[in-house]
Amino acid sequence: MVERVHHITDLEELERVAIHGRASLYPERIKILVGMATCGRAAGAEEVLEKVREVVEKQKLPYIVAETGCIGWCSQEPLLDIWVPGRPRVTYGRVTPKQVPDILAALPEAKTDLALAIMTGDDNPLTGRRWDYSNGHGPKVDGLPSYAELPLFRRQLRIVMRNCGILDPASLEEYAARGGYHALWKALWQMQPAEVVREVTASGLRGRGGAGFPTGRKWQAVRDAKGSPKYVICNADEGDPGAYMDRGVLEGDPHSVIEGMIIGGYALGAHEGVIYVREEYPLAVERITAAIHQAERSNLLGDRILGSSHAFRISVAKGAGAFVCGEETALIASIEGRVGEPQPRPPYPAEKGLWGKPTCINNVETWATVPVIVARGSAWFSGIGTERSKGTKVFSLVGSVANTALIEVPMGTTLRDVVEEIGGGVPGGHKVKAVQTGGPSGGCIPAEQLDLPVDYESLNAAGSIMGSGGMIVMDDHTCMVDIAKYFLDFLQDESCGKCFSCRVGTQRMKEIVTKISEGKGTEQDLDVLEDLAWMVAETSLCGLGTSAPNPVLSTLRYFRSEYLAHIRDRTCPAKVCKELISYTIDPVTCNGCGACVSLCTGEAITGEKNKLYTIEQARCTKCGACLESCKFDAVLVN
Amino acid sequence: MVRLTINGSPVQVDEGYTVLEAARMYGIPIPTLCHADGLTPYGACRLCVVEVGAAPRSKLVASCTTRATEGLVVRTNSARVEHARRLLLELYVATSPQSKRIQDLASAHGVQECRYEAKHEDCIQCGLCVRICNEQMIAGAIGFAGRGTTRHVSRPFDRTSDVCRQCGACLYVCPVCELRCQAGTADTALCNGCLNFSPPCFNSYDDAMCFLDPCHACELAGPFRADARTKIRATATAR
Repeated sequence: MVERVHHITDLEELERVAIHGRASLYPERIKILVGMATCGRAAGAEEVLEKVREVVEKQKLPYIVAETGCIGWCSQEPLLDIWVPGRPRVTYGRVTPKQVPDILAALPEAKTDLALAIMTGDDNPLTGRRWDYSNGHGPKVDGLPSYAELPLFRRQLRIVMRNCGILDPASLEEYAARGGYHALWKALWQMQPAEVVREVTASGLRGRGGAGFPTGRKWQAVRDAKGSPKYVICNADEGDPGAYMDRGVLEGDPHSVIEGMIIGGYALGAHEGVIYVREEYPLAVERITAAIHQAERSNLLGDRILGSSHAFRISVAKGAGAFVCGEETALIASIEGRVGEPQPRPPYPAEKGLWGKPTCINNVETWATVPVIVARGSAWFSGIGTERSKGTKVFSLVGSVANTALIEVPMGTTLRDVVEEIGGGVPGGHKVKAVQTGGPSGGCIPAEQLDLPVDYESLNAAGSIMGSGGMIVMDDHTCMVDIAKYFLDFLQDESCGKCFSCRVGTQRMKEIVTKISEGKGTEQDLDVLEDLAWMVAETSLCGLGTSAPNPVLSTLRYFRSEYLAHIRDRTCPAKVCKELISYTIDPVTCNGCGACVSLCTGEAITGEKNKLYTIEQARCTKCGACLESCKFDAVLVN
Repeated sequence: MVRLTINGSPVQVDEGYTVLEAARMYGIPIPTLCHADGLTPYGACRLCVVEVGAAPRSKLVASCTTRATEGLVVRTNSARVEHARRLLLELYVATSPQSKRIQDLASAHGVQECRYEAKHEDCIQCGLCVRICNEQMIAGAIGFAGRGTTRHVSRPFDRTSDVCRQCGACLYVCPVCELRCQAGTADTALCNGCLNFSPPCFNSYDDAMCFLDPCHACELAGPFRADARTKIRATATAR
């Protein structure tokens, strides 16, 4: 598709662009959409898209083939959506290139044995309107469930991810058709800058990067700060293991972040914005850079935006992927070309930030929320969520759940709803043991507390944090000592190393936890561990250090008995810690199929085909490959 | 003038003073390892933590990087502060068991035992050498490289560059290099019975950290030179 270049200087022109967008969003021909975010690509979406293009071209089918961002159903990637005009949009899951000709051949009827669900309409929180795909022509397709009925989507409210999986991230027109840049027009032409700040304050929006600082208060501080120029920064340095909310938004709807930043710039009197994103997100970098160029060509960035006197430019700064650079002062140092080490605050970036000037740093999600608040008003926004935590939060729901997914739920939704309903519970009949929130800075919340509402205060009280939105579900196969060890390993590498307490403290904690996991720990070690944890949290400078002990403290708080089992009984109850387990073959159940033999990395399995196999303990590396390969449950772990 | 309270006593200092400077001006001791007058405060050693604010929202901050502000309430010796310092010092002793500075501080704060395995990492990454090289010697010949477990003081491409004038300032400020305890083993590291200054020597300290090439103290060769050991041997043979 050749991109039309628009010069959007007024609302009328924006509407004209939106009309083009509507025509490509909801065309009068059959449209095939492939979810082409990083998650989709990793699962093979590129091959699927290629095959779709090939088939369409070869058979000269009059279909439109388009890319979209993350649809949010990660466990079913690659996802392919087909829209036949006048019918609901049908989603196909785990599509392989081989299935593509079949799916296309069946059109306009849906190939239901491969289809997952139908989308009868999509809600747009920005405009408050809903697009009805089927135009009233019956919402059902051969009894497929609709998105509105699916437990995965039923409880979700997509504000930040309003366009993800709906529009083509490379299309400014489609973004405009979904109400995009209308909030910017409203802010520029119908509101004073101070009014925008007031509106954001009144909305109760809190920073989505993790700490939950009220965004309005931060904006007011930057607005009041003396000094010019002022800067706005988008923090897209997402680094929590298992978290990809920011990536999803940048890849699926980059213009929402740009629009939020321009509005922020107008409200704060800033004319320059920087998006700090890690180089490890190549697709996000590519999409956001393309979107910025597109906005520049269309007069949405630059001088006299939408005909107003507001000028604003955005540049992209790529980070090298240091976890600590998500901390705002380290992030600023990194943009300036210095070593990414946190600085003491005050002075806060609001007074002295980038290049020593007042700077407003907000997370991707926060920026993407801003246009909705401006468009729908603070009263609408603050009606969602709990008393002190307003709006919605995006989570990457991963780990031991049936539906791994990128989800967005109103604040106050309970963990149980998220894990059991949206996530579909733990597969294989296992039980939830704990939910880890907030990444390495967060903690593990035990299954008994699943009724905890997800909001900043409740999670803090439980010894965890909201964090940026990683949510890892753990089942009874998870050893909590091992989990603590994993996060400490991450933290000791990612600590910038400036504070002695954090650098050496995390290393020593890791050593002690490793010792315990190897069955060499003593009960005194737990005291030392608690002392260390306290010291690291108390004396370190930045958020990384002060929250680094959380994985240890929360597991010690809720799963102390597991630590004690490792120490007193020298056993790992979850049978994870290698030093404390052994693999054997049950002579009764083993039928000598030999499936395990070739997989054994230590060549420890000996025996005769169709008879009995045994594991030679001295050679066993405890990799667990035999356990996974055995179809007869003959491999035992002790 | 800025008025603040330190340990219950009202004090007055000029604008721009840090809490550490204010306390020291009034003779209130605060231990430090990474602070030196004339160098930019860095806040790495965390030993200078003090408690600021009113309970229950009081917190520990590094006094060397915290500005003295009007009305600030500071406690330099609360139980919380002392406990944190003791735990820090215990960790310091384990990291650098042979530093006399660290041993003295540890014993002054009542650290009687070290529950960690001694590591002899020696360098505590206080950054004094980096700062004195950069700020006073205006050389910038050394800096930090890496992060987390791999962070260390280093030279560009691990080679002594032309900007290094071999002045020895780094050695001079190093709290670990100076006055090394000669006891030699971890068991005796807390004996406090250090001998007087004697140059650090390769034979007992493989990981000596000075950047001088050749080393001014022992006048052989810098430890970072690959040929250092050969040189030592050659010298010994020549003798």
